Amino acid sequence: MTPGGLPALPPRRIAEAPAPGGSDETDGRCSIETESRGGASAIAFEHVSKVFSGAARPAVDDVSLTVAPGEFVVLLGPSGCGKTTLLKLVNRLYEPTSGRIAIDGRPIADQPAPQLRRRIGYVIQQAGLFPHYRVWENVATVPRLLGWDKRRIATRVDDLLELVGLPPAEYRMRYPMQLSGGEQQRVGLARALAADPTMVLMDEPFGALDAITRTRLQDEVRRIHRQLRQTTLFVTHDIEEAVRLADRIVVMRTGRVVQYDTPLAIVLDPADAFVADLVGADDVLRRLSLIPAATAMRPLGPGGPRPDTPTVTMRSDLRADLSQLLADDVPALTVVDDDGRPVGTLDLAAIQAVSTPNAELADDVAAGTARPTR
Amino acid sequence: MNLDYLFRHPERVLDLTGEHLILSALAMFFAVLLAIPLGAAAARWRRLTLPILGLLGAIYTVPSLAFLAFMIPTLGIGRTPALIALAAYAQIFLVRNLVAGLRGVDAATLEAARGQGMTGWQVFRDVRWPLALPVAIAGVRTAFVSTIGLASVAAWINAGGLGTLLFEGITRDDPSRILTGAVAITALALLADALLRLAERNTAIARARRAA
Repeated sequence: MTPGGLPALPPRRIAEAPAPGGSDETDGRCSIETESRGGASAIAFEHVSKVFSGAARPAVDDVSLTVAPGEFVVLLGPSGCGKTTLLKLVNRLYEPTSGRIAIDGRPIADQPAPQLRRRIGYVIQQAGLFPHYRVWENVATVPRLLGWDKRRIATRVDDLLELVGLPPAEYRMRYPMQLSGGEQQRVGLARALAADPTMVLMDEPFGALDAITRTRLQDEVRRIHRQLRQTTLFVTHDIEEAVRLADRIVVMRTGRVVQYDTPLAIVLDPADAFVADLVGADDVLRRLSLIPAATAMRPLGPGGPRPDTPTVTMRSDLRADLSQLLADDVPALTVVDDDGRPVGTLDLAAIQAVSTPNAELADDVAAGTARPTR
Repeated sequence: MNLDYLFRHPERVLDLTGEHLILSALAMFFAVLLAIPLGAAAARWRRLTLPILGLLGAIYTVPSLAFLAFMIPTLGIGRTPALIALAAYAQIFLVRNLVAGLRGVDAATLEAARGQGMTGWQVFRDVRWPLALPVAIAGVRTAFVSTIGLASVAAWINAGGLGTLLFEGITRDDPSRILTGAVAITALALLADALLRLAERNTAIARARRAA
């Protein structure tokens, strides 16, 4: 298990398209009940393309990939790469020109779009809150559409406001216009989660927020995902955000998937020059900032940790660790796990070993001999 | 020039004011009924916007006496042709504002509404319409004030109302009747304006803006 309590997911390249019928294993005869069952959905894209009328090239071009239940997948790429289009195909705001999308083995094209969308949380960039509704009414949107009774809605709204860090007594009766951008996006998140969706789609939700608020909300989203485990698709053009949040990252360019792998594997072993450029692989410091200490550390010697060496956590990024190594003028740092137990040691040579693109290391990570964290 | 007529015949002035109000309000009722589908269509289909607004604008430029005169051969005189004329004149204010209001709703808000699983009708009823409402009501307000003024002319084809006093004043050279009629019409218009301003302020979105 990884420190976050997530089951380690095997990295999967897009080349390894799902076996025919592979996703059908999750196709319970009773998949209609996912509505009330909670839990997480699996999603499968099979040769999905979207061509907008009048466009010279497809916005989404023959995409095949699967997302496991409970997985947090980030769609990453420059603007115009098709990531938002791919996302909106999932809740049928767009319809694919060809190909098939299935949730829990059930083609979404067979389900009425409004009913489908009520089971899929949706968060957009400017929050898109209803300005004439109070906060509680915004959060209650989907439960009301589903016809929940008033008491159940009221309880649910308060629980969700708690979950996203907005004290209900203080925020329930406010209007969106009375909230800051960050608070609005928290309400947007609560609204998306209101009816226990098995999947959440997030379209650059933090793109318009300042850096501090963005980081705070990223932490919240990660915490909430650990807690609720909904399958999540998250669109961003920000590599740091992608690495921070994702179990796996889909890197997209001109409508195609260029690489689909864990953040670490993408940083360590970019599939091509485009991905290398996107993750800034040539910039050593930037690269180090994306790799956690756990990846580069060496096992502790038989004598245990050296006394008096400064400690860093497994999750700390190597750029910060390098700074500390230089600032403290010590030969090595001791790496500790979340409970503060020493688990490894980190010196300059260890950091250097991962400072350039390195397929072998990526394979080691994939094979589990080097331990990724997130 | 004085208000002698008002003090000598308050009951008649009150009756005519009532007639005037009923005529204007009825005309507005039918006008709004027609303007909602017209405005919704003009807002939804861009190809219809210019033709619809153009036609309604053209209607508004027809002189009111001419409009009423045109209808005499087919509809005769009285209340019906007056209502038709008044409802027709009001369309441009109503539809123009309705289109502006419906079009002015933030696209992200509408996409969020669809994305949460509202049906097309629910998006219109619960999001687009309430957000367009203040602008639409402002259109009703302008149209109502204009209709109350215009309704005076309807007396010319025996539709009653305060215009009766104006025409009597002219033919009998009695300025007191003219002033009384004018004052009553203005009072009605101001009252309608105030009431509709109140309605505008009481829409959900206006309350939300005030709270912020």
